[in-house]
Amino acid sequence: MNDHPLFRHTETLLREGGRAATCAHCGQDVPPGKLKNNREQQFCCSGCELAYQLIHDYGLDAYYDMDRTLGTAVGDVDELGDYSELDSPEFVEQFSSVDARGLRRIRFGIQGIHCIACVWLIEKLPQMLPGVVEATVNWSTATLDLFWNPAQVHLSAVAQLLRRLGYRVTPIRYGERQFQNTLETRRHLIRLGVAGAAAGNNMLIALGLYLGWFSGMEAGYELLFRYASCFLGLISLFGPGQVFFRSAWQAMKAGTPHMDLPIALGLGAGGIGGLINTIRGQGEIYFDSLGMLVFLLLIGRFIQFRQQSRSADAVELLYQLTPRKARKIVNGVPQETHADLLKVNDTVQVLAGELIPVDGIIQSGRTAIDEGILTGESLPQPRGVGQQVAAGTLNLEGTIVVATTAVGSHTRVGQLSAMVERAAGEKPQIVQWANKIGGVFVTLVIILAIATVAIWWHLGWLTALDRAIALLIVACPCALAMATPLALAIALGRAAQRGMLIKSGDVLQRLHRPGTIWLDKTGTVTEGRMKLVDWRGPTSLLCQAAAVQDQSDHPIARSMNRAAVRRYLDELGGATANVNDSPGHQWVASDVQQTAKGGISGTVVLARENGEDPPRAEPTAANSGPIDSTRILIGNWGFLQQAGIAGTSEFAAFGEKSIERELTPVFVAVHGEVRGVAAVGDPLRDDSRQRIRQLQQAGWQAGMLSGDNPAIVRRVADRLGLDPQLVHGGLLPEDKVEFLRGQSSESTQVMVGDGVNDSAALAIAGVGIAVHGGSEVSMQAASVYLNRPGLAPIVALLDLSRRTMTTMRITLTVSLLYNLFAVALAMFGVINPLIAAVLMPFSSLTVVSLSWFRRSFGDELIAERR
Amino acid sequence: MTVLYIALPIALVVSIMFVIAFVFCVRSGQFDDLETPPRRILFDDIPQRKGKAP
Repeated sequence: MNDHPLFRHTETLLREGGRAATCAHCGQDVPPGKLKNNREQQFCCSGCELAYQLIHDYGLDAYYDMDRTLGTAVGDVDELGDYSELDSPEFVEQFSSVDARGLRRIRFGIQGIHCIACVWLIEKLPQMLPGVVEATVNWSTATLDLFWNPAQVHLSAVAQLLRRLGYRVTPIRYGERQFQNTLETRRHLIRLGVAGAAAGNNMLIALGLYLGWFSGMEAGYELLFRYASCFLGLISLFGPGQVFFRSAWQAMKAGTPHMDLPIALGLGAGGIGGLINTIRGQGEIYFDSLGMLVFLLLIGRFIQFRQQSRSADAVELLYQLTPRKARKIVNGVPQETHADLLKVNDTVQVLAGELIPVDGIIQSGRTAIDEGILTGESLPQPRGVGQQVAAGTLNLEGTIVVATTAVGSHTRVGQLSAMVERAAGEKPQIVQWANKIGGVFVTLVIILAIATVAIWWHLGWLTALDRAIALLIVACPCALAMATPLALAIALGRAAQRGMLIKSGDVLQRLHRPGTIWLDKTGTVTEGRMKLVDWRGPTSLLCQAAAVQDQSDHPIARSMNRAAVRRYLDELGGATANVNDSPGHQWVASDVQQTAKGGISGTVVLARENGEDPPRAEPTAANSGPIDSTRILIGNWGFLQQAGIAGTSEFAAFGEKSIERELTPVFVAVHGEVRGVAAVGDPLRDDSRQRIRQLQQAGWQAGMLSGDNPAIVRRVADRLGLDPQLVHGGLLPEDKVEFLRGQSSESTQVMVGDGVNDSAALAIAGVGIAVHGGSEVSMQAASVYLNRPGLAPIVALLDLSRRTMTTMRITLTVSLLYNLFAVALAMFGVINPLIAAVLMPFSSLTVVSLSWFRRSFGDELIAERR
Repeated sequence: MTVLYIALPIALVVSIMFVIAFVFCVRSGQFDDLETPPRRILFDDIPQRKGKAP
């Protein structure tokens, strides 16, 4: 008897006649239909059962002993692919590399890792499959690094096994860019480590020197300490400190003043002066301060590096939009292959419900295609032989064979991805204020240093030079260089806790001054989901229509499918009592046809409801026409008129009224006559109007850019209180980009949207904000992603930006004052290494605490995530 | 206190050794992923319990 808690739990439930057993593999409830008697383990699906078996067979039952969170069901076994495309030599060549041991290495993205037990299980791969030598999972990025011996095991076997365990793998091309990024992070860390060690030890030595000052110190020891300090200081300067010299040199060559210029000046002067004084055996050395300076500055540099946004990468975008697998026809037989390996003139088979992998021309088959990704148009377009189809679009209805005309980045969606990447690059970079004053700063410091030499010339040139060097060191704008990245990093962190993922610190700087904010309609100010709002006509007709709509994926159809209609009727309460939809019977639709002009038709029959799936689109059911078979047409006014159907004025009037309410009327006709009309729509969010007023009160102009019907857009905008001048409807994705490009760059242009078709606009706008529930691609293109629905996070974001900029101004002022104070001391000749050593970290500390303790958010518009 | 003439250089050498060790750690990628390894350390207990499982 297995004493695993899950089993015991299941057993108890079964004994007590409880219906809700949990799946032994994924821990989810087992549907009553799948419960099997006289078994200890219950499974929610065949996939989970197989995974459980596998884990047990490999002797890895310990997986179930671990502290697991609930997983996701594996799904049906039939749907597990065979991944044979991973074995083709071209694929292996493109995606993997050979290491010194002669093993191949590949990186996979893994879906389905939900707890540490999964990491454990996946890393047991070498135990399960001989030939896999090493499997290392990175949990935070959900990637798996796999080393395998191609002579012993096929990659497809690995992928199959992982899939059977419930994990989906996607090969990742570990590009040069990601590699460079990792290397850069490592370089930053090494610099920080070396600078930190040198600075810390230097501080200890300096402590001895300062104490020796007050209580006296033998000359020999002092010399030793000074040399040691010099040694460590030079390590700081020539090791990690090099970056400042290099960057200053580049700034000089390019003629663009930069904050690194005064920094390099201070470091350089201090280093040379200190070295001479060490060798001379007298005079001040400032190596402890210099070391600390380098360390603190590098911390600021590292923070800045971490908050820089990775701009959208066209290749990655393309990968997300197009399928990775394709069915290539070789000698008349479809074979699975990797989409990257397809070439022009290859023929590809695409089944219904699949994404099309290439641009091409249909050779055989008829279908309807959802091109929303390219055009924003949500209505499926019919396509037949000889017509073009585009990669990334969804094949809705039939199997088609496509002759490839373009692949990869040459496809339209590839060009759209490239447009997103280009648009992101076009965005003018914000010049940090601190860098802007770099030129003035360095001139000022040099003038002051010369003045100091002049003032103290009468004490001899050596003293004068010493004082000037002291000035150059204390004028080094350390706190100043830290103020900006620190304030931004803290703001970014706090925003992330509230579900606002800001990709770059720039965003906050762009948002602090009011500009124009452009809203997309669907999903932003509305709930983003079509809903059946009203119905005029007999309820039975609505049920018949729902049966037909059930078989369409169109958003309007979905708002009128059976589930939606039930919800609607439930809300009305008790209106379901209708003979034609009596309990135990339901309408079944067959011969459903969808047309491009926004219409759908089908034959419905009343069938006995027996719990099983109704026969879908089976013509026999319609032809036999047993009880009551009715042909019904559903669509907009134009579609029905074309079909030669006349509508009565009552329904027409209701339709007019719906349009006025920003709803879309959908007419239902039976026997050549309109008998009912439904009003569906995407209702406005409750707080949209209020939030927009808040934005306007904060000085922002709010407008709307939408691909929807201009009349509807205008009406919605009116209700939201937007300026009619700033409302534009009927825009294509390209139009939105052109529009934003045409706007003045004087004030900030903010674009808020959610769809793939918005992504280029999101990328080109000064600030692109992808809202909750948006597509993967819009999230990548935008510079901010909001994790909470509605407009409230946008208001909070603007608030955050305002507060952060205020914090930054305060800290910049404070650090400038410190510099001013220190420079004054140096000019009067009263500064010494001890004062410098105290002032330097103290000013940085002030900046840190000021940034930390100031609030980032005003009122609690959105709560912190716990 | 003359020991300082020896102690100080030794201290510096020791700290340099630690810095070198740190550089080695970073280069070998030990700081690339800070989330998985601290949890991975918990795995060691499991194979022992595995023996008891049926």
